[in-house]
Amino acid sequence: MSTLNTPTLAGPVSRRDFFKISGLAGGGLALAFYIKSGGDAAAAEMASGDFTPNAFIRISPAGKVTIVSKQPEMGQGVKTSLPMIIAEQLEVPWKDIAIEQGDFDAKYGNQSAGGSQSTPANYDNFHLLGATARTMLVEAAAQTWGVPAGECRAEKATVVHSSGKSLGYGQLAAKAATLPVPAKEAVKLKDPKDFKLLGTRVAQFDSAKIVTGQSLFGIDVKLPGMLYAVYEKCPAFGGKVVSANLDQIKTLPGVKDAFVIEGNGKVKELVPGVAIIADSTWAAFSARKQLKIVWDEGKVASESWETFVAEAKAKASQPGAKTLRKDGDPDAALASAAKTVTAEYVYPFISHANLEPQNTTALWKDGVMEIWSPTQIPSIGIGLVTKVLGIPADKIKLHINRAGGGFGRRIGADYLIEAAAIAQKVNAPVKLTWSREDDLKHDQYRPGGLHFLKGGVDAQGKVVAWKNHFFTFGEGGNPGSGGALSGDEFPGRWIANYQADQTMFETGWPMGPWRAPGSCVFAWVIHSFIDELAHAGGRDPLELRLELLGDKDEMPAGSGGAAAKGGKGGGPAYSVARMRNVLKFAAEKAGWGKKKFAKGSGSGIAFHFSHRGYFAQVAEVTVSKDGQLKVDRFVTGADIGAQIVNLSGAENQVEGSVIDGLGVLMLQELNIERGRTVQSNFNDYPLIRITDAPSKIETHFLKTNHPTTGLGEPALPPVAPAICNAIFAATGKRVRQMPLSRTDLRWS
Amino acid sequence: MKYTLTVNGQSRTVDVAPETPLLWVLRDSLELVGTKYGCGVGLCGACTIHLNGEATKACMTPVSTVGRKKVTTIEGLAPSAEKLHPLQQAWCELDVAQCGYCQAGQLMTAASLLKDTPKPTDEEIDGAMAGNLCRCATYTRIRAGIKRAAAITAGTKEAAQ
Repeated sequence: MSTLNTPTLAGPVSRRDFFKISGLAGGGLALAFYIKSGGDAAAAEMASGDFTPNAFIRISPAGKVTIVSKQPEMGQGVKTSLPMIIAEQLEVPWKDIAIEQGDFDAKYGNQSAGGSQSTPANYDNFHLLGATARTMLVEAAAQTWGVPAGECRAEKATVVHSSGKSLGYGQLAAKAATLPVPAKEAVKLKDPKDFKLLGTRVAQFDSAKIVTGQSLFGIDVKLPGMLYAVYEKCPAFGGKVVSANLDQIKTLPGVKDAFVIEGNGKVKELVPGVAIIADSTWAAFSARKQLKIVWDEGKVASESWETFVAEAKAKASQPGAKTLRKDGDPDAALASAAKTVTAEYVYPFISHANLEPQNTTALWKDGVMEIWSPTQIPSIGIGLVTKVLGIPADKIKLHINRAGGGFGRRIGADYLIEAAAIAQKVNAPVKLTWSREDDLKHDQYRPGGLHFLKGGVDAQGKVVAWKNHFFTFGEGGNPGSGGALSGDEFPGRWIANYQADQTMFETGWPMGPWRAPGSCVFAWVIHSFIDELAHAGGRDPLELRLELLGDKDEMPAGSGGAAAKGGKGGGPAYSVARMRNVLKFAAEKAGWGKKKFAKGSGSGIAFHFSHRGYFAQVAEVTVSKDGQLKVDRFVTGADIGAQIVNLSGAENQVEGSVIDGLGVLMLQELNIERGRTVQSNFNDYPLIRITDAPSKIETHFLKTNHPTTGLGEPALPPVAPAICNAIFAATGKRVRQMPLSRTDLRWS
Repeated sequence: MKYTLTVNGQSRTVDVAPETPLLWVLRDSLELVGTKYGCGVGLCGACTIHLNGEATKACMTPVSTVGRKKVTTIEGLAPSAEKLHPLQQAWCELDVAQCGYCQAGQLMTAASLLKDTPKPTDEEIDGAMAGNLCRCATYTRIRAGIKRAAAITAGTKEAAQ
């Protein structure tokens, strides 16, 4: 199972070995590429194990250009951005492009949308796909005219000869389909300075469908004869059904069937429960209110957040169960430091709260399981159906639906396997719809955590020591997704006397990747505490950060620290130069240090490297005397490489990340008591609303000579610390607990 | 029970339980899936429709209470098949959506706002739109989209004069 930030997903799909051309019915041109199966991580992701050919571009004799989007779309804009790359190289005007969502199919290669990897994993291949097709169309025209290809050029879906004559792509499609595919070396990619489409603002391809309410999402699927299902699970995670009033439920209006599903004993896979099948969603929802189930809650019912917090506090000063990294002698450095700071940072479990509740439609017919699902990583769902129901992968068809939000939630496929398990017992297509309450109570949550920190600065305010005892949550000895702190996480590797210890609580609570797993909370802790040390040492927060980063340009990939050698947790290579530059860039754009703020207002800064992206952010806030926060201005400096694909989509991702990060900081908190979630709907689990959205969000991209990388996640991590550091500058109040409501921000 | 509703100008008859929320009548019986289920308790606004032109949460509206009121859904917001509503135009122009799931509700609420307040301020926009959640947090573009739609409408009126 990959998480959003594990390197398994990070490996670019680079095994493009050769192109193949195949004639389409009707004489069209289909360009496919093969990816050799092998031992790389991307290949291992695939349920079928094999990579087979796939067509991405289709040009009909009538000149219609269709591009298949293989990646799941969940609001990150990939259904628009990756086809833009092909359109650029193919020289087809954007308005003439049609885009189809591809089903799950091994011929497409890796179809995982997670870890902000869709762009970096496909960027080069998509350029080559478009350019190869263009090269062949040019060759087809040259042969038709009997002229050298060098005298021809492609523009606006036509090939033009230097004499002025031209042929449209549709006219050339049949001829191009008979040509051999040129070697990669014979394909000339466009010079980026000639890009006409990439880097411009392009509205999402599905905009018109979205604004007119057409069927797009998983929850919109409707099949002939379809029935509707709900699935009631034990409030305590993974609890089993002892008995249920099924006979009574079956007599209720519209109900077709009701039955128990045993589950496979895994809290993130097929969880036990009671399914009700009805002739409408509302009939199923209504019948559900009459359910009476006796549950066997299991041992998870003895586990509560507050108990773990109390235990962590009691053990905070003891050595951790595991030392993630130890460099130098932190205790001695703390003892001799001019000033020390001790702080305790706490963040709760939170939910993804996709606005589209989890759902999947499935049809079990003639030994084939056909599935329609809003999923981020379709291969995980396929794998679960095989594992739990014993259906071989070649007997599973999966249609990928647009997802009403992802944020990592739909990497888990619990809802998909539930629908498939239900469908196996129903002689009709069946759509499973989770209620909002199901969604909140049975998420795969972002783990909470506690960090007990000690830091020291010398007489000049230089950071000389850093110690952290981190408490996290997990199962089977492994922290949940986003709950593992690497010993190499900044400022590990940078501070001579550094120690990070970890103690993990075993729980049966379901955890999963949440937008920028780990980074989304670690950046808050780290950059809040750096700020504390800056103020303790009387240093400017920007200047101290630059000093901390140091003069080296590159921090090599780490081993996880001396104490963890041979273990996992190695950090990625970290371009200190890129981070330093983007930090200065953001500070300059924000006018850091140049503004005078009245009491109650102030600015804060933070940076973070995750998902291959270098981000620095500056927040300007005002806190009213009665403690109400308002973010007046938020500036992002971002280095995601040489080329922004779709500027509109890119800015939208950053703006959304900024407001999401603020919303998490302000509002989000999930209490788990006796192994179950206390909150149930948006009344007790509020999300940020338009009233709290900053009015000035500025996004600046620093273009650098590095490969283009993704944007779904890396803009989020520094948001909360930048805001909290600004709150401190404004009020002198340090926020050490999420959400913000737990800190009294009133001042006088 | 049989109910005859006026939906997007058409008369539609459905046979459902009286307490069935209009949301599910639209989605399951009438196959108008643009109106979205988000919370079922009127807190997210994804199901916003118009009843006699007023923004209303369809998840909180039992079908039995609709009567002769005119129901307008996102599918019926555009004045014609060829012409989008200014808000829909603005939403496409400014690329407001991310996942898009909440946007039907946002548009229906915004349309109701613009009908009463053709040139809303930021405060008026925030006040009117506070009942509509966007999990992708496209709020800054929603504000801009409403202002753009107001400008499109004003421009159209000027052009007509």
